[in-house]
Amino acid sequence: MTHPDPQVTRRTLMTLLAGLPLLTATRPAAAAPSLAFDELYSKFGVLGLEFSEKVKSLAGQEITIKGFMAPPLKAEAAFFVLTEIPMSICPFCSTDSDWPDNIVVVYLGEKQTFVQPSQTIEARGVLEFGSWTDPETGFVSLLRLRNAEYASV
Amino acid sequence: MRMLLSALVATTILAGAAQAATVYPLDRATILAGSPFDFKVEFKSVVKPEDVKITVNGQDYKAVLGKEAEFVAEEKGKEDKVLGSALIARDLVLPTEGTYTIEVTAGSESKSVTWDVYNTGETAKAKNVIFLIADGFSVAHRTAARIMSKGMAEGKANGRLNLDDIPPAAFIGTSATDAVATDSANTMSAYMTGHKTAVNAIGVYADRTPDSFDDPKVENIAEAIRRQTKKSIGIISTAELQDATPAAVVAHTRKRGDKAEINGMLFDVKPDVILGGGSAYFLPQATPGSKRKDDKDYVKLFQDAGYTLATDKTELAAAAGTNTGKILGIFHTGNMDTTLDREFLKKGTVEKFPNQPGLVEMTKVALDNLSKNPEGFFLMVEAANVDKMSHPLDWDRAVVDTIEFDKAIGVAREFAAKNPDTLIIVTGDHTHGVSIIGTVDDEKPGTEMREKVGTYASAGFPNYTDENNDGYPDKVDVTRRLFLNANNGPDHYETFRPKLDGPFVPAIQNEKKEYVANEAYKDVPGAVFVPGNIPKEGDSGVHAVDDVVLQAVGPGSEGFKGYMEQSDVYRVLADAFALGVKQTN
Repeated sequence: MTHPDPQVTRRTLMTLLAGLPLLTATRPAAAAPSLAFDELYSKFGVLGLEFSEKVKSLAGQEITIKGFMAPPLKAEAAFFVLTEIPMSICPFCSTDSDWPDNIVVVYLGEKQTFVQPSQTIEARGVLEFGSWTDPETGFVSLLRLRNAEYASV
Repeated sequence: MRMLLSALVATTILAGAAQAATVYPLDRATILAGSPFDFKVEFKSVVKPEDVKITVNGQDYKAVLGKEAEFVAEEKGKEDKVLGSALIARDLVLPTEGTYTIEVTAGSESKSVTWDVYNTGETAKAKNVIFLIADGFSVAHRTAARIMSKGMAEGKANGRLNLDDIPPAAFIGTSATDAVATDSANTMSAYMTGHKTAVNAIGVYADRTPDSFDDPKVENIAEAIRRQTKKSIGIISTAELQDATPAAVVAHTRKRGDKAEINGMLFDVKPDVILGGGSAYFLPQATPGSKRKDDKDYVKLFQDAGYTLATDKTELAAAAGTNTGKILGIFHTGNMDTTLDREFLKKGTVEKFPNQPGLVEMTKVALDNLSKNPEGFFLMVEAANVDKMSHPLDWDRAVVDTIEFDKAIGVAREFAAKNPDTLIIVTGDHTHGVSIIGTVDDEKPGTEMREKVGTYASAGFPNYTDENNDGYPDKVDVTRRLFLNANNGPDHYETFRPKLDGPFVPAIQNEKKEYVANEAYKDVPGAVFVPGNIPKEGDSGVHAVDDVVLQAVGPGSEGFKGYMEQSDVYRVLADAFALGVKQTN
């Protein structure tokens, strides 16, 4: 049986994440406003999505958002993709083309260890919206966190 | 036996002395007379142009093929690796039917291939062709749809599906040129071009260079119809319109993932009715939701080209009443939701796109519109979610979409009853490794779900009901339901229950890019861990290599028989429309 022991996995995770609270402590303690996946867009339409007023008003500020970390495109990529549900993508999707509409691209301030895909994380960073093509990978994103960090919750 | 062996060894040694070049179209290609195609020779080494000798039926190739091929001294692979020399001639036409043997030599390399160039009858057998395809359509989907929709008592079905009265016409071999296994790109491409190709390729032979747009092209059915007739063309899919199956009607690329470019190819062909998902590839990159990397606005381009736009069920009904003759209906940024989500559970992405039409409405609107053309039409209808839900082992969604597919077949049959010069084809592009083995009966004793699986006599009959007579079961989570099972898959939890909260996601990817069982289903009462039996990079159940059943009715359907290669289906389509003959004046 290849049944993974969830206890062991969880314990390994805890060890990995033990360093995180320290990192968070270097930031000002003021609570950053939080954003949820269902608050990103005010309209989902065939002819385009509309960013919500909340996204527009929080742009440029530090915010927090909870989600799941999709495995990185490339090990050395400067960003990861935060998704509403754990990622399961089709065998032919080597590009960004088959990602869901509602993803947030997270550019980390400093390197952090990747967590298991079924682990909920909270990312904190400066919110940015509008189309942006990552110069290294060509990955197009609509919503980003800059100078970000994360912790499991 | 020993003599035979030594003879084999001798041949092998002889063959080993000369390297084999590759010639496209490949050996045993079947080519519609008059259809343009690209010719390419790939040498395994760098050769001198003066050493290259090519003959066709013993004559210099230029005389027969009508064109001199361009010599490429060195083709480059990844990281500029030299792959060898090549010769390429684009858009060749062989107007006369017959057997063509192409002999190529250069230095120590040689290759001989034979093509069968065929023509069609002088007169069309059918005015219209409706090609209905359920992606991944396997026998289990059909059986389950019949039992779920109509019920069964004492071993006899309580009713018949529309497809049950279309004669089975042929078994179809779906394998690719590079593998016994197959995908929706090369399979639909074989149907729509008459040439088999490699996994992930559409409308081209797969050559060795990394560029996905330089591969040797073959003509597809939309191009042949435009070249020879004034018929209208319709494409319907519940997937993205750039997805492999609809793409294969119009596109040419080595990589089915080139969706932004495929959308451009769709625009180049301009099918008269286009209905489906995938609006993300129509929108310019600045529009949130776009998946393009340029500023092209295909919604505007299509509108400027005279198309009436519809973005939901209501607008589709309105567009059906307009007289432009051209309808672009895009109903989702990505793949459209399944029937089970759209009509019953309101899960998936239905909240975001609440007014999506189904395959039945789309087929009706397309037939009404296309049949206005006195010259006739070709309509391709794809039930995409049969495959898209079989991959994640979500059998209830796959089967309910099969029922919807059957209803679209009903619409096509009604049309053909009034228009008997219509050929209807019902088929799949490939199969899945799925079977029905019995039932799951919640009322069997105990808490272990596995013990509630009914096999043989203990399966009994399922207790789906259809009180409102809409052809769909009133609910899928009845107490005694069909138990469908895949013969392959990733690590996952079997819950023995319909997934009422949204499509099943059996496995998710970890940081090593391996798919692991999705823990979200771990705590479902009675769930059982099922270890995967395919490589861990696989996210879901895979396609099967089993034959597809093709059914056909109407003029031209007599062309199907016995076992057929998928590419031979095109020849029957071409013959039904007499595509060897110019029908425009």
